[in-house]
Amino acid sequence: MTETGNATDRQGALVVLDNVNKYYGNLHVLRNINLGIERGEVVVVIGPSGGGKSTLCRTVNRLESIDSGTITFEGRPLPAEGKGLARLRSEVGMVFQSFNLFAHKTILENVTLGPIKVRGIPPKDAEKRGLELLERVGIAAQAHKHPAQLSGGQQQRAAIARALAMNPKMILFDEPTSALDPEMVQEVLDVMIELAGEGMTMMVVTHEMGFARRAANRVVFMAEGQIVEENTPEEFFTNARTDRAKDFLSKILTH
Amino acid sequence: MDELIKYAPDLLLSFLKNVQIAAVCAVLSLILGTILVSMRVSPTPVLRAAGTVYVNVVRNTPLTLILAFSALGLSDTLGLSFSQTPSTNGFWLVVLGLSAYTATFVCEALRSGINTVPLGQAEAARALGFTFVQSLRMIILPQAFRVVVAPLGSVMIAMMKNTTVAIAAGYLAESAFTMKDIFDDTGVSIPIFLGLIVAFMAVTLPIGFFTGWLAKRLAVT
Repeated sequence: MTETGNATDRQGALVVLDNVNKYYGNLHVLRNINLGIERGEVVVVIGPSGGGKSTLCRTVNRLESIDSGTITFEGRPLPAEGKGLARLRSEVGMVFQSFNLFAHKTILENVTLGPIKVRGIPPKDAEKRGLELLERVGIAAQAHKHPAQLSGGQQQRAAIARALAMNPKMILFDEPTSALDPEMVQEVLDVMIELAGEGMTMMVVTHEMGFARRAANRVVFMAEGQIVEENTPEEFFTNARTDRAKDFLSKILTH
Repeated sequence: MDELIKYAPDLLLSFLKNVQIAAVCAVLSLILGTILVSMRVSPTPVLRAAGTVYVNVVRNTPLTLILAFSALGLSDTLGLSFSQTPSTNGFWLVVLGLSAYTATFVCEALRSGINTVPLGQAEAARALGFTFVQSLRMIILPQAFRVVVAPLGSVMIAMMKNTTVAIAAGYLAESAFTMKDIFDDTGVSIPIFLGLIVAFMAVTLPIGFFTGWLAKRLAVT
């Protein structure tokens, strides 16, 4: 049983995916995806590997194109290319599994480059704000180091600061803690939980069930390219409606 | 040894022409090579195709033919002229041909460098709203250059030595031709050979050492 709701219910949503399909050759990686994300909402996408979670996340800022269906942001379809697409991306932050900090730039430069070059903010102002953000994620002391000199957890917090520096309307998190050593997962999750608490709109692909319980407004369970179940975190973890989700949960919660 | 001392001023002056050609070509070929590689990795199919065709045609054409074309085709037939003075005109025709040729090697070295930059770097740049040109200029190329400093050094060394075929463009003032000219007058002289080799090495060895040192220093840890 799939609970999706139709597009007209989600007119006011920040992001609406309507009947989205995507193929890699013969592989149908996204199947009839319908999903709306409200302003201020934290949607956690979970599910088995290869189920299309990351692909779904990456379609929202068009790092992945789609083959059919529509995606709208603030009621307008995603621009296909050019300046319009660049502008959209500047409004949708993204945090990657492997951090992807610019390796030849310092942490502070990583955080200020977007505001300066894309937004045209004066370097002095961008630096001031950049340092505030680094302070906020707890790595101000590392501002003038290069990414390779930081731990994974510090790098990922810098990446979150980099996304925040653009004052995004939404942030996409694509498995933000999957590449981290276990002892560094929490420091990143803490920053994300704080952001969620402040009302940031977030789409989070993760295997961290604890984060989903604590910070999510809604859990989207994906498998084989489909949204199998949408539910509140409480309901999903204690009383999942679908067998596919129950099966998945039994495998990860009992180990 | 006497011949070397006698002709040293002539040789040195003509060798300076080789150095001048190489210096100008280094700048031009780095600029043109960067433009070519930007075309080859661009999202626009027409630019990509144009870059690919240019590189494959020019890189696989013997330099002597390119220089001959520069002089006989562009200059004599099509009327391209840089100067009324034949030697100045010849100088720039050599620079044009050699830069056009060397740029293809710069382009391919840079392209191999770009391939070493993780895809995530470009994705992060795009996700921030950078345009293709911004992401290439600020994120991709600076990292690609660091990786290929040493190979670019080899390209520059080859280019320095390639200045000795300038005669193919009708340019007679450089050192290899001067040496041959001297041999025509006085017979072959081993010391003159060795003297010229030393002169070239005095330029090319430091290029190798410098780019090797720079590569180590710039390596992204």
